[in-house]
Amino acid sequence: MINMYEVSETNKMIEQENLDVRTITLGISLLDCIDSDLKELNRKIYNKITTLAKNLVSTGQDIETEFGIPIVNKRISITPVAIVGAAACRTPEDFVEIAKTLDAAALEVGVNFIGGYSALVSKAMTPADEMLIRSIPQALAVTERVCSSINVGSTRTGINMDAVRLSGEIVKATAEATKERDSLGCAKLVVFCNAPDDNPFMAGAFLGVTEADAVINVGVSGPGVVKKALEKVRGKGFEELCETIKKTAFKVTRVGQLVAGEASRRMGIPFGIVDLSLAPTPDVGDSVAEILEEIGLERVGAPGTTAALALLNDQVKKGGVMASSYVGGLSGAFIPVSEDQGMIDAVLAGSLTLEKLEAMTCVCSVGLDMIAIPGKTSASTISGIIADEMAIGMVNQKTTAVRLIPVIGKDVGDTAEFGGLLGYAPIMPVNEFGCETFVNRKGRIPAPIHSFKN
Amino acid sequence: MKKCIVTVLGKDKVGIIAKVCTYLAENGINILDISQTIVQGYFNMMMIVDVTDIKKDFVVICEEMKALGEEVGVNIRCQREDIFEKMHRL
Repeated sequence: MINMYEVSETNKMIEQENLDVRTITLGISLLDCIDSDLKELNRKIYNKITTLAKNLVSTGQDIETEFGIPIVNKRISITPVAIVGAAACRTPEDFVEIAKTLDAAALEVGVNFIGGYSALVSKAMTPADEMLIRSIPQALAVTERVCSSINVGSTRTGINMDAVRLSGEIVKATAEATKERDSLGCAKLVVFCNAPDDNPFMAGAFLGVTEADAVINVGVSGPGVVKKALEKVRGKGFEELCETIKKTAFKVTRVGQLVAGEASRRMGIPFGIVDLSLAPTPDVGDSVAEILEEIGLERVGAPGTTAALALLNDQVKKGGVMASSYVGGLSGAFIPVSEDQGMIDAVLAGSLTLEKLEAMTCVCSVGLDMIAIPGKTSASTISGIIADEMAIGMVNQKTTAVRLIPVIGKDVGDTAEFGGLLGYAPIMPVNEFGCETFVNRKGRIPAPIHSFKN
Repeated sequence: MKKCIVTVLGKDKVGIIAKVCTYLAENGINILDISQTIVQGYFNMMMIVDVTDIKKDFVVICEEMKALGEEVGVNIRCQREDIFEKMHRL
């Protein structure tokens, strides 16, 4: 039988160490909504989402109360809209109408984000894909809850450089379209390589076409719990360090598995995966940077950071995998800058640079995330940064992503404020040498060879 | 049997157990096990209870117990046992 020590350990994790389930994400396939008439398509989309997700928020709240575990977000991911809208949309403005429908449906069911305003163009773009991508700046400016993503490359297909070039322009245009709010639109736009079909985390969540009609995916969190556990093994060897991370990750993930199973049973919707991620928030004591500093770095960004992060990421997976029946999504440590107080402090202290963050993305999920850069940064430079990050994903057979925010009207030394879970970020300097000639080449980078691993 | 864990934390005073037990009895909740300590004047109690025969919704029970805690001046949590089982048992 459960003893008092175990009960108080669990409750301490929840009350003092910010243990929570970060998100229950309901994936909804919109493939059966496809129609050549835009009005009819919008009606079907609205009806399907509001019917299936009707009880999502209340079910989440009931589970929170009954088990005493906070569930921070309840969200929805959908089939990439470029596919769903291909038959109905003739112009980018038509796609914006779908974005408005998604926003209205999300408001109706009470979720804070709906992800899947996406195009998967890792090899090439259809006319609908291109229209959707061109509609993103407007779609993100006129909606509150819609999140967008573009998959521009994969290990199997290589990198679609035409899409990379366009993505740089779109990131810049989105920043311009939302410049009154520190270019907030860019916080809802992710450019991916090897995007997973079952990611529950925003802004990059969408429901792939290989998925079921509806599915429950859960994202766990708990950087604070890992940090506290590591305080007890200060000065000990790597073996103890790694064992502690594994055990803690196991416990955290078990909670996610429990919540996923309950949500699935209560809503009558199959369980998909648990995403074992360490997802920070701007709260003190809920930071991945603080874990790395607990491992032994004076500040994140110091030499040793990449190795410490590699260790952390791998142990989280090793501990979490056994705790869940199905693991998927992004699964790893997130290193967003604006959403992690320790990262922000490291940037302000001059320890963490864009180049070091890029190196860190080689060994963890997901990529250059929530990084504010000067508003004057050119579209081609943004495309260059995207291309670099995509190359890391392509060659290392992992998911990488870019969520950069060129904050219009601000420069290095200023701070961008996004509010809530998105936090705030100091503007980071970007290498000012150009890459226009490289980015302007047409076509794609071929897929890498899968042998001769060096 | 549907088991859940009731934890009570706070400054010790007269009648904490009495109030909690009265509420449980009134709502048809059977106590299976109690363990309790007082460290430096702080009251720390854990009960394993059976909620199979409750008449109210379990969510309501959780909320009422939380409110009872606020009334008495201690922190009362009522949680399904599964969260502890899952976390600490293979």
